[in-house]
Amino acid sequence: MEPYKSQIGQPVSRLEGHLKVTGTARYAGDYSVPGLLYGYVINSTITKGKIISFDTSRAKALPGVLEVFTHENRPSLAWFDLQYADMDAPPGSPFRPLQDADILYNGQPIGLVVAETFELARYAATLMDIEYEEEAFDTDLRSQQHLARSPKIGMATMLKPLPPKPKGNFEKAFNASPNQVSAEFFHGTEHHNPLELFATTTVYEGKGKLTIYDKTQGTINSQMYVANIFGLKFKNVRVISPYVGGAFGSALRPQYQLFLSVMAALKLERSVLVTLDRHQMFTFGHRPPTVQRTRFSADNNGIITALNHLAIGETSRFEDYTEVVVNWSHMLYPAANTLMQYKLVELDVYSPLDMRAPGGVTGMHAIESTIDELAHKSKIDPLQLRLTNYTEIDVSLNRPYSSKELRECYLQGAEKFGWDKRNPEPRSMRRGNKLVGYGMATGIWEANQLPAKAEAILTGDGKLKINSAVTDIGTGTLTVMTQIAADELGLPVEDVEFAYGDSKKPFAPIQGGSFTVSTVGSAVKAVGAAMRKKLFSIAKKMKGGVFDGADLKDVSFEGGRVFITNDRSRSVSFQEIIAANDNKPVKLSKFSVPSILKLKKYSRAAHSAVFVEVEVDEELGVINVTRAVTAVAAGKIINPKTARSQILGGMIWGISKALREETIQDDGLGKYMNQNLSEYHIPVHADIHELDVIFVDEKDTVVNELGTKGVGEIGIVGMPPAITNAIFNATGKRINQLPIHFDMLL
Amino acid sequence: MLTELTEPTTLKASQPVNLVVNGTPLQLNLLPWVSLLDALRDYSGLTGTKKGCDHGQCGACTVICDGKRVLSCLSLAVSKDGSEITTIEGIAPEGDLHPLQKAFIEHDAFQCGYCTPGQICSAIGMMKEGKAKTRAEVKELMSGNLCRCGANTNIIDAIMEVQNQSVHE
Ligand code: FES
Ligand code: FES
Repeated sequence: MEPYKSQIGQPVSRLEGHLKVTGTARYAGDYSVPGLLYGYVINSTITKGKIISFDTSRAKALPGVLEVFTHENRPSLAWFDLQYADMDAPPGSPFRPLQDADILYNGQPIGLVVAETFELARYAATLMDIEYEEEAFDTDLRSQQHLARSPKIGMATMLKPLPPKPKGNFEKAFNASPNQVSAEFFHGTEHHNPLELFATTTVYEGKGKLTIYDKTQGTINSQMYVANIFGLKFKNVRVISPYVGGAFGSALRPQYQLFLSVMAALKLERSVLVTLDRHQMFTFGHRPPTVQRTRFSADNNGIITALNHLAIGETSRFEDYTEVVVNWSHMLYPAANTLMQYKLVELDVYSPLDMRAPGGVTGMHAIESTIDELAHKSKIDPLQLRLTNYTEIDVSLNRPYSSKELRECYLQGAEKFGWDKRNPEPRSMRRGNKLVGYGMATGIWEANQLPAKAEAILTGDGKLKINSAVTDIGTGTLTVMTQIAADELGLPVEDVEFAYGDSKKPFAPIQGGSFTVSTVGSAVKAVGAAMRKKLFSIAKKMKGGVFDGADLKDVSFEGGRVFITNDRSRSVSFQEIIAANDNKPVKLSKFSVPSILKLKKYSRAAHSAVFVEVEVDEELGVINVTRAVTAVAAGKIINPKTARSQILGGMIWGISKALREETIQDDGLGKYMNQNLSEYHIPVHADIHELDVIFVDEKDTVVNELGTKGVGEIGIVGMPPAITNAIFNATGKRINQLPIHFDMLL
Repeated sequence: MLTELTEPTTLKASQPVNLVVNGTPLQLNLLPWVSLLDALRDYSGLTGTKKGCDHGQCGACTVICDGKRVLSCLSLAVSKDGSEITTIEGIAPEGDLHPLQKAFIEHDAFQCGYCTPGQICSAIGMMKEGKAKTRAEVKELMSGNLCRCGANTNIIDAIMEVQNQSVHE
């Protein structure tokens, strides 16, 4: 028999790949249910005020239109804020669709048409006669900065710590330093825009029972939300979501199509599909616009002496959405004097929402651009400046890192990229009529773990099934969890089935923040270990006494057998064990919780070093990222194939943030103006060139049992500053507003 | 969010539409404003073809219509009466995979998989057009198919592999 090859670290192709390339993977809006009704949402066309009258009669008169729901005729619902809160709710009062006549933001859902066909529902939605009373509003962060205030504290603060306390005397140290840089940054609103439209198919099963296919990053999150608001029993609400057409944070909170679809299904006692159109995808959470100011200084040896970072973010009038924007610089650079500030401005918009590397990608652009300018001013190579200020401990909290191979990232990335060929003088490198620039930046993202549960079942055929409520938003969760379980039991991946995306299965938190592998993976590993123990205890009692005198530590699990590690002839197959168990499958579950006491002693983060080459057309200003290398230290990489794709995706998101995407807001109207994919630009194939990913070896025995840190966000954080720094090297221009368009360089 | 449309003369003016989809003749009765995309998804149970925008801006709905790649959200079903349509469900015989499907799996050319049916149908159409030879040309001619997950380089790698194979055959 061939020796068992550990499944951890293998580039296994996505196990759902076959379903995805044949069109058989079903997303939330892909379920044909008999008698399905179609809902189409009506949105507010004003930004703030009240609905005075809402006449739906023209629509209702159409044959085939079943109902038009508005605040006037909606069923009565839960009363308390807490009943509307979800796992990602910031402090405040969650938005309640169709609550009353009040308009809180432009595009707010104010009604739902339900009809026999999609076309009819959409047409009927145009026949509304609505009168509003408009009120004055503010949606412009920059003009309202004077109203900035400290954020409220709540549950969300646990995962999103406030800035660390000031250290030393920033003003004094900054003023005394020979090299000083101050800069101001502005980032506009962005929308997640997963390619899949938000959809919910609520299947009405009768007797207060619902099966809901929802676009979500948390099946149990949606289940709780529905049960609480509509007063249903938990066990009567089943949310299923195995395939999610991208999310990037947008589905961390239940969105209004879920609410409306369920409301209509319960009231009409029919199954209802509500799909948002692309325009409506701009009417819920978004990355908030943020203003930042940095002041960094260094002495003549390039030692950073003082750091000040202020961020002012947007939030809504009803919730205090916060991000970690300003905590990062001091985690990377051990200055003796620091001042970190984070404030919010309330505006007449929907609450912002976590979007890939929330806060981190915003803050790191400001930090790493300022560091680049500091290097330029101090006439030190930017990579050298970072190495000079390298720290093994997190000085912001005065504790060691659980592991930190950032230095290796710098070195391997620089080597692969050819950083030594950079000329530090702006506008000094060219290729024909193109200016060429090299830029680099650091990336950092925290490595968290949350509690989760997993169930394992070993059946008579010797196959293992693992159950978890977790989703797979395209990150590779199914494949990676299968690998972890297979490895634990010494099975090939073919003999393991990971069943997921179903609220009926054991608890998993929302999928985000790069914590899914560490969270659900730890539970899978734990239940796998428990399964080994259980199988061995059954095997020990079997007739024949194969394992007499042996302990669990003396045996190995490989290829569906348990055997004495030093004597393979003493072995029992999984099938034999199940037979000895009266042919009953072995079933058990395990709850895994992070060891808070141990973790508290360490800072835990993934790191990256990013190197970028840009070409800028000297006459036209057109910018092209011609190549980029990202070297990542993110602990153990379970599947280098899917992990690489995560990093590549993050890098492309970085290109998008730096050069393409923005939601354009008209503050006179209080509304977004480019609510479609032809004007909300993301990179197309022709925009993407050579991208390279290096995973640096990193051993971490602290973060969790697996030693994983997650790779969902670390790919994006360093990319925007590396690009803007490369643009500076190419053109001598430092543009601190994203995205950078060619006209800003002319 | 919609501007009011003028009332259609009648909402019941369904018309017979005959399509051959993946080799199977389909007789549908559709209102003239039903898109080919919705005809496939809502009226024929073929949900492999995806809707990402409904406005011809994302490519998710790409199918092959009479040998050419088209955006099914921009085609009215009635205007395709008599056409032969191939969707993602029909690009390979049942139980088999098209070389591009295999290459997509091998190169990890998707994450969420939502753009994938459109990418694959579009790539098949593009190869048939025979205009794109180099990687740069392939990227250009595939640029109507967005991928929000950022699988771009893997998608192009997969297409290039199949394109090179068919050139050498
Ligand atoms: S759905 Fe047809 S192009 Fe987007
Ligand atoms: S794989 Fe998700 S949009 Fe392309």
